[in-house]
Amino acid sequence: MSTSMSMRGESRWWIPAAVVALACSLLLGLMIGPAGPTWWRVPLELVDRLPFFSVDSGLTATDWSIVWQIRAPRVVLAAIVGSTLSIAGASYQGVFRNPLVDPYLLGVAAGAGLGATIVITVNRSGTSSWIIDPLPMIAFGGGLIAVLVTYLLGTTAKGERSSTSLVLAGVAVTSLATAAQTFLLQRNSDVVRQVYSWILGRLSSATWGDVRLVLPYVVFSTVVLLLHRRLLDVLRVGDEEATALGVNVSRVRLAVVIAATLGTASVVAVSGLIGFVGIIVPHAVRLVVGTSYRLVLPISLLFGAAFLILADIPGRVLDNPAETPIGVVTAFLGAPFFLLILRTRKNER
Amino acid sequence: MTSLAFDQVRVDYAKRTAVASFTDTVKPGEWLCIIGPNGAGKSSLLRAIAGVVPHAGKILVDGSPLTARSSRRRAQLIAYVPQSPVLPSGMTGAEYVLLGRNPFVTHFGRESELDHSMVDDVIDRLDLAKLATRDVDTLSGGERQRLVIARAIAQEAPILLLDEPTAALDIGHQQQALELVDKLRREHGLTVVSAMHDLTLAGIYSDRLILMHAGHVVAQGPAGDVLRPETLGEFYGVSVRVHREDDGTIIVVPNRTTSF
Repeated sequence: MSTSMSMRGESRWWIPAAVVALACSLLLGLMIGPAGPTWWRVPLELVDRLPFFSVDSGLTATDWSIVWQIRAPRVVLAAIVGSTLSIAGASYQGVFRNPLVDPYLLGVAAGAGLGATIVITVNRSGTSSWIIDPLPMIAFGGGLIAVLVTYLLGTTAKGERSSTSLVLAGVAVTSLATAAQTFLLQRNSDVVRQVYSWILGRLSSATWGDVRLVLPYVVFSTVVLLLHRRLLDVLRVGDEEATALGVNVSRVRLAVVIAATLGTASVVAVSGLIGFVGIIVPHAVRLVVGTSYRLVLPISLLFGAAFLILADIPGRVLDNPAETPIGVVTAFLGAPFFLLILRTRKNER
Repeated sequence: MTSLAFDQVRVDYAKRTAVASFTDTVKPGEWLCIIGPNGAGKSSLLRAIAGVVPHAGKILVDGSPLTARSSRRRAQLIAYVPQSPVLPSGMTGAEYVLLGRNPFVTHFGRESELDHSMVDDVIDRLDLAKLATRDVDTLSGGERQRLVIARAIAQEAPILLLDEPTAALDIGHQQQALELVDKLRREHGLTVVSAMHDLTLAGIYSDRLILMHAGHVVAQGPAGDVLRPETLGEFYGVSVRVHREDDGTIIVVPNRTTSF
């Protein structure tokens, strides 16, 4: 029996399982909400809308517009944001060979946040007539600058990137961007509420327009990252050996960092800073499917989407009509998990 | 079989010159062993051939310079076993050996059935079936070393570079690893360049020795010419005895210098 083939056989079921988990989460997300139809009528209505099927779900036109115009974009956006943060987190961890980096720790999110704050404070209403919304562009620019600074600061004089110096550089860049953001907000107290609700992460005002806005960036970023999943496995042996194995290490690293940053920055631009998803999901996935990026990336993508849809549900239902921001829910789940990983992680390279 | 030639190869790091000028020709199928004290430039030379550090001068594989080739093409020609290889935790033995197929997979591609059957074949031939499904974290030093060699063999490169392949091994595993390389060399006509600290083993397994000191070649030739007490004394700063066995084997034994 072929040894290198059998290991592929065992992992065959993970992707279908993750697809099913995501489908269930999507359905659950559409069924639950503070207003609108009784939960069990929603799946019936969905079946009714399929071609060749006819089921009487008893949904009114108003009920349907609540499901389709309010819940659906929110659920889809949660899926996009969760999947992007998770796959970006997993990719950053691979490319920096550091299990503790995530989009948040490297300063990408804070940089993107600063970019978005600049747009909101300078003149948000003035850009509404523009054909292309500048907010994701500038958020992306901020995110890219932040990760580049982190990367350069995290590279010591000898050209080595130790995990510690990288994380410390990320902390420094995050503080700097946050300080600049606070400064801007103090000068523009009229937009504090708008920016503050944005910082906490929000999916509540999601529209199909938001989905359309991020989709191109997210699709591009995801495709590029998935294409690099085999090379991320090769990079695990270290820069030198990967080079000797024929990998152009700096090119791969640059492509992955740019793609992950693009994805992160664009979702941060529409959803705000949703912390810890990029670290919880890939680590949970590793515990279950093993450490190979060939599986970790696609499974993180699917489970990340499912996770954020589910994490968004308590926020919608608890203390209705006020909402618990999604960033609060993920941080509540994420912070203890992060500490757990710190305590139990092996000395992974 | 593939030849390897060096024309005034120089390796510079930020603050020091590791290899000052190295000119040599390694014949196809030859095993060249580079010896010398720590910091002599052995590893740097191997790293330059592997493309891990930049070099000046020319390294020619079958007559054409290494720098003219893409990193992928270079990896198809040269396999490198570093001094302290990184075996990523959580990877199985088979997954690790499969990394050796990287030079044959396109940038965004996947390993083909052929790559997988190559890996299975190498695992069979090297008798590593027991390690194939195990996490590399759980393996002993000797088992890990055999996997690293298996990865290099799976690379199917005609030139094999070994940097201190036996440094972490006990005497039994040292012999096992070197016998394995020697057998593969004879079966596949590999050209081998290794850096070694154990002078006796270096003499036994290689066709030719080069002694480096402070980035320069200071002696070269068959073991009998290079491994002489006065040469070793001068460049290693040691006092040794050299025995020649009846079968031509050279044995280097350090002298105890404490006086009684």
